Amino acid sequence: MVIKTLRKGQGGELFTNRRIVDKVIAKGQTIVYDNPPHIIGRMSVVGQKEGKGPVGKYFHRVLSDDKMGEKTFENAEIKMLTTAIEGALSSAKLRARDVDLIISGDLLNQVTTSNYVARDLGVPYLGIYAACSTMTEALNLASTMISAGHFDNVLCSTASHFATAERTYRYPLEYGCQRPPYAQWTVTGAACTALSSKGDGPKITMGTIGRVVDFGTTDLNNMGAAMAPAAMDSMVALFRESGMTPSDFDLIITGDLGKLGSDILRDLMQEQGYYLGQRYIDCGNMMYDVNQHCYQGGSGAACSATVFNSYVLDKMIDGTYNRVAYFATGALMSTQSCYQGETIPCISHAVVIER
Amino acid sequence: MDKSKRNQRYEDYVSSVTPKTGTLHSLFNAFWIGGLTCALAQGVGDIYYALFPHLGKDLIVNYTSMTIIAIAILFTGFGFFDVIARKGGAGSFLPITGFANAMASASMEFKTEGLIMGTSVKMFSVVGPVVVNGVVWSAVAGIIHWLIAGGA
Amino acid sequence: MNPILSEILTYLIVFAVGGGLCAIAQLLIIKTKLTPARILVIFLILGVVLEAVGVYKPINEFCQAGISVPIVGFGAALTRGAIEYAKQIGPLGALGGGLIRTSLGIGTAMIMSYLVTLIFSPRSK
Repeated sequence: MVIKTLRKGQGGELFTNRRIVDKVIAKGQTIVYDNPPHIIGRMSVVGQKEGKGPVGKYFHRVLSDDKMGEKTFENAEIKMLTTAIEGALSSAKLRARDVDLIISGDLLNQVTTSNYVARDLGVPYLGIYAACSTMTEALNLASTMISAGHFDNVLCSTASHFATAERTYRYPLEYGCQRPPYAQWTVTGAACTALSSKGDGPKITMGTIGRVVDFGTTDLNNMGAAMAPAAMDSMVALFRESGMTPSDFDLIITGDLGKLGSDILRDLMQEQGYYLGQRYIDCGNMMYDVNQHCYQGGSGAACSATVFNSYVLDKMIDGTYNRVAYFATGALMSTQSCYQGETIPCISHAVVIER
Repeated sequence: MDKSKRNQRYEDYVSSVTPKTGTLHSLFNAFWIGGLTCALAQGVGDIYYALFPHLGKDLIVNYTSMTIIAIAILFTGFGFFDVIARKGGAGSFLPITGFANAMASASMEFKTEGLIMGTSVKMFSVVGPVVVNGVVWSAVAGIIHWLIAGGA
Repeated sequence: MNPILSEILTYLIVFAVGGGLCAIAQLLIIKTKLTPARILVIFLILGVVLEAVGVYKPINEFCQAGISVPIVGFGAALTRGAIEYAKQIGPLGALGGGLIRTSLGIGTAMIMSYLVTLIFSPRSK
């Protein structure tokens, strides 16, 4: 499959003054965006617990009440996502009618949250499901459409809520169960990124569409170990197809592998001949403090989306990082498939953002 | 590459790096929390026996379990139970208090879908296995016992 | 024996047996891939078997709440009810006897859960 071949010289001005200019000949899973969309607005909203974590001060809004005064946690998630989208619109100085498309997804059945948010927005809408890798799937879809010239302003958003995810995937909230030490904690949060064909924010220059990878793990609590091979698969694809190495990036982030999963990914990449080193961080791993008793760290669609839209983009805009690769990872099982004895298929999509 | 071989290799690797629950520590917690629950129930039973000796042992045992079930459900409502359970593990789910907590937590959780379609439908979603297996296997045992010993 | 001393001994036995059963269940969780639901059913059926072969009663007299409060006691009570009722009204009695004997506990759990649901809502952690 050749999605897009960038020949030397053609569209090369994207990479002016970069030594990478001669190397990028992407094919296979990796797309090079001819007209890279700019990130012109963003907003991240998180719950109280996430606000107290190590990156808490970077988030745009920290909720004082995880229920947001609503009757149900599902409604709170809808309100949270609406807040994130409105925040991204105002930071992009756009009105809802300027938006050509919104691509959104979440973890609930039938992507309920996104559907209900879109009901009240009155904007063309695509609902997607890619579990915790929803954000990068949305960014890739949006970038492809903008780069092709179909749309000017596209919003990408996602949300997850601890209380609603627990109910969908695990036990009732007040049920007394002990989690194993390798479990993770679903992040309560929502994030939205506004992409535009114009503007001067950081731009999305490349994307890698992941393959579904299944290494046969079955433990629903050990998501990090299930998803690490998918992250490896996409990472190797991006490095090989773009001709870049980890050292060409200032920062490589993965979504929600957690501490255990990110350690596994380092080992897997080492085996493939790539040394990730200090420039690699995992959003789940940095979401919570050790004292917050969240085991291996955060997970959920909002985990990487909120960190990306706050900390990472902040650091890109202030010039700390120039080129960032963002791999969000998702586990594509359902509770039924697991009770039926199926293994856990996983996926990881990536985007490369440059200043 | 052979997929099952690759998966097996990965599984071995994962289990070698995955942190284990501290065995001694968690066993100790389960032991003292479970033991304490049983001792408290014994205490409740003894108090009832001292106060109402005419009730008879069977009824006292029933009242005792009703009391601790009620306490466990109140703890669930106030949101204490899962805090204890996170520490106690099996120490809090094996006693009848865990049964009560599982029922009450499911009942509360699905309140948002209404008392009929939510609470009433889902109340047994967690404790279902215990009730169903208990009734089925006790009936089997009762029938076998009847076949061997006969009615008396 | 001194009655106070024997009382203390009873509580020690209750504590040790109840705690021991929970520790065994915890060991099963750590060392095997069994889910809590499966472990509960295993202990429940253990109670059913103990009662059916007739050894539950002497154990219970010795351990008291130590064995009757863990789910083992629930299984035993169900079976005892099934056996007794089958004796009274024939084999069909086994189908309902267990529930009859444990109905006070199950009823309390259902009614209390319902009441608590009316008052409280679950909290995000």
